[in-house]
Amino acid sequence: MSQEDVLAGLAAIVNEVAGIPAESVQMEKSFVDDLDVDSLSMVEVVMACEDKFGVTIPDTEVKNLNTVADAVNYITANK
Amino acid sequence: MSRTVVVTGLGATTPLGGDVASTWESLLAARSGVRLLHEPFYANLPVRIAATAAVDPSEVLEKHEIRRMDRSQQLALIASREAWADAGAPVVDPERLGVAVATGVGGAISLMEQYDILKERGPSRVSPMTVPMLMPNGPAAVVGLELGAMAGVHTPVSACASGAEAIGYGAEMIRTGRADIVVCGGTEGCIHPLTLASFAAMRALSSRHDDPTAASRPFDANRDGFVMAEGAALVVLESEEHAKARGAKIYAIYGGQGLAADAHHIAQPEPEGRGVMLAMNRALKDADLSTSDIFHINAHATSTPAGDVAEAKAIRTVLGADADHAPVTAVKSVAGHLLGGAGSLAAIASILALKHRIVPPVANLDNLAEGVDIDIVTGTPRALPAGDIAAISNSFGFGGHDVVLAFRNA
Repeated sequence: MSQEDVLAGLAAIVNEVAGIPAESVQMEKSFVDDLDVDSLSMVEVVMACEDKFGVTIPDTEVKNLNTVADAVNYITANK
Repeated sequence: MSRTVVVTGLGATTPLGGDVASTWESLLAARSGVRLLHEPFYANLPVRIAATAAVDPSEVLEKHEIRRMDRSQQLALIASREAWADAGAPVVDPERLGVAVATGVGGAISLMEQYDILKERGPSRVSPMTVPMLMPNGPAAVVGLELGAMAGVHTPVSACASGAEAIGYGAEMIRTGRADIVVCGGTEGCIHPLTLASFAAMRALSSRHDDPTAASRPFDANRDGFVMAEGAALVVLESEEHAKARGAKIYAIYGGQGLAADAHHIAQPEPEGRGVMLAMNRALKDADLSTSDIFHINAHATSTPAGDVAEAKAIRTVLGADADHAPVTAVKSVAGHLLGGAGSLAAIASILALKHRIVPPVANLDNLAEGVDIDIVTGTPRALPAGDIAAISNSFGFGGHDVVLAFRNA
């Protein structure tokens, strides 16, 4: 799965969980500052990513996922 | 300090319609919102009759709103948006804006759904929204956040009297000077095999499967229980001063509330209606009304064998001969029983009856139950007289809670 596919999948999840338009979910965007994804929604995003991409994202790693790029890179590297 | 409180906005989503106008129209036409639950989810239950929301929240709210909220919260949010818009979206200091939204059961469906997920998929898949969705103050919190209310966000819980108690609580916030506007009422969204089975186990529900729209029949000799329903009904209460200063339309004047408890049984009504009468008399006193002022009664009347007759007797005892000019209706005959939303739906019906001077009929009343000696409206709506009139709205709940609200025409 390419980085573009992961980004598209992540954008769909963020849209479903937080109601953010998928096209706003771009690599440089911060989940908290730019996309208004709160900590509870972030847990949901992580759970949905684990299901969708077959990865495990431990809590210790979640706090490092500040931007969309952080998440896309982690998923791409660990799936 | 006691300030006059008025009603300036109404919002509802019920089995009768997705808003107040359609709900009121169905009430006047005695058009039932009760149906057979034919979905496989409800198979093998002793009772498969309920009154589900006429417009499902998923048709109104965004997907992410649905995902983050329990059904009771979704319904409350929809009703609050209508009520707030209906009040003219008033400009108000957030510190003077309050919320009192009740529920009888809370987020029961969310709790059960997440327990299923816990069992089937493990703790890592339990939603982080589980607690906000199941907590009974969740609907009040959702409405409070939507409106930015800072005067206080509250959740009175008294089973099927909750929605009325919330309106009384909201009115007190204004009367005592803590708020200028309060959005208040009740919501419920807990139709589920377990809740149906639980109420059925109490022998509280009608099982008239061959004729669901005739299942809820308050005051009828052949009533056999209530019909579970879902929905939300909220009102905007406002100090008269604040409402007049901004030129708001005023539906009715809030009169007062009467609170009491049966101190009798966890679920059965006290057969003499002593708690009911205490609450009715207290409401009259709080509203500074006498029985001669009462020209309409919205009865709690759920269609259970025990409750309806006790209430009818209490009405006759409290009002005496004045009950002869107080036509009675029971919205549960068509709406079913909204539990935590029932008291506020009854309040909205009472408010609209005063405003339009017309009382919706009770459906399915074919043979009056023995011992019922009050003037119940059947068939077609009944006109109310001109001049100053008042109405009272009764709500009672498991646990022996008695809540009576009084309103006057504007």
